[in-house]
Amino acid sequence: MLSQVTLAVNGQTVSVPSGATVAVAVTIAGQPCRNSVTGEPRGAFCGMGICFECRVTIDGKAHSRSCQILCEPGMKVSTNG
Amino acid sequence: MGRNTDQHFDVLVIGGGPAGMAAAVRAAECGVHVGIVDDNPAFGGQIWRGASEDGSVPEAARWRQLLRTASVTELCGKRIFDQPEPGVLLAEGTDGLCELHYRNVILATGARERFLPFPGWTLPNVMGAGGLQAMVKSGLPIRGKRVMVAGTGPLLMAVAAYLRKHGAEIPVICEQASWRRLALFAGALMSRPSKIIQGMGLKREIGDVPFAANSWPVAAHGRQTLESVDISRGGKRESIVCHYLACGFHLIPNVELQLLLGCRIHAGYVQVDELQRTNVDGVFCAGEPTGIGGLELSIIEGQIAGLAAAGDAANARKLFRQRKKAQSFAATLERTFRLRPELSSLASAETLVCRCEDVPYSRLQGYSSWRAAKLHTRCGMGPCQGRVCGPATQVLFKWNPDSVRPPIFPVRVESLAAMGGAHRHEDSAIVGGVS
Repeated sequence: MLSQVTLAVNGQTVSVPSGATVAVAVTIAGQPCRNSVTGEPRGAFCGMGICFECRVTIDGKAHSRSCQILCEPGMKVSTNG
Repeated sequence: MGRNTDQHFDVLVIGGGPAGMAAAVRAAECGVHVGIVDDNPAFGGQIWRGASEDGSVPEAARWRQLLRTASVTELCGKRIFDQPEPGVLLAEGTDGLCELHYRNVILATGARERFLPFPGWTLPNVMGAGGLQAMVKSGLPIRGKRVMVAGTGPLLMAVAAYLRKHGAEIPVICEQASWRRLALFAGALMSRPSKIIQGMGLKREIGDVPFAANSWPVAAHGRQTLESVDISRGGKRESIVCHYLACGFHLIPNVELQLLLGCRIHAGYVQVDELQRTNVDGVFCAGEPTGIGGLELSIIEGQIAGLAAAGDAANARKLFRQRKKAQSFAATLERTFRLRPELSSLASAETLVCRCEDVPYSRLQGYSSWRAAKLHTRCGMGPCQGRVCGPATQVLFKWNPDSVRPPIFPVRVESLAAMGGAHRHEDSAIVGGVS
């Protein structure tokens, strides 16, 4: 059986199957990944690391493409960065 | 962040999808020292994703096993961003930088989805068709969700089948191609048994999902996230409530690295000779960048390139006949899924074309080239470096792609410093702002 990984998205606890990307955790949390330069909410789009819409801050590291990074227990993700 | 030791290869393969894996395997079997680089965490490319590791796709698992047996040096999670001099590429990974030296290089960089702007396409939960599938493959729960699938190309059917299998409800698949073109495509499939089997498998999974030709998305609506999609279906407009829109307009090749290396490109595709050699000495190209032809053609081209780059032209030639057959399918794909003219006028004046810099359609009108538009509006100057809006503006305004400058992906400041030797202009550092 798949095990679960628990992490925090904007302080909210989210549980995802192990192997899930951070973009999935953010989408499950119902959060947009970032605000665009004119303030529009944006979420994951291309799913393959090309469009940069899914960038978030992971454990303090800004501009991380969340669709390319796997969730790890205890990760702290913040959006709208 | 440290700099790893430099690595030297007889044959270096860039891209770990089907073409790249096949190239690396065949080259290594010739006894030369081979390396394969991919920017994803695992090999398999977009089409196979994790399937080459988990065994769910037998052909993917077979090539993965061959790659292991052939003792190829595997470099995953590394992205090539510059060529400081011919024969050397710079790659960035989470563990730092490395310099990769090669005698011959095979560029198997694959393809990405083409996206077209329409009102509302920037709303969260509007995703690429392959994009949503990738998200579901990496854990997004889709059971019970309503997902509209729209755009063009064989990927739509595959994605719809995959999502349905995982419990999604698909109100309709909208395909912009006409029934007449699709009928010709089906006819071409009939002449290729392996394709029929693939097609029948999908048919079983798609079951009773309505499939509408001559149909495309015209607008997406929602407050903070997607709530409904308007489609044009056989000439009539209708609104469909849904959680997600999976939308892509067939594929376009990734040719940024080829451009950086000076490869000749014609009508969007990298020009190669019969041995998959580009016009640049020691630089080969295989798979989708030479023409969107699908899995079978990619694997054949990869093998030819691998053999040729390792010096075994005789065995490469034995695959020419197979390649020719597969190429006829590529020509059919191109004809079937060519975009109809209506799709270039979906964007309204306020529709954002450049998602990175939020440049609306109205600001781009009146420019004669993409370069001019970039300089004056910042369209294509954000972190995606025009990978999304560039192909869109080709369709909307008939603008040609611009030349590329390193770094061809946004990199960390340390990496910029590494490429900032005497051979570089100062201004290259401003490309792709994210550090």
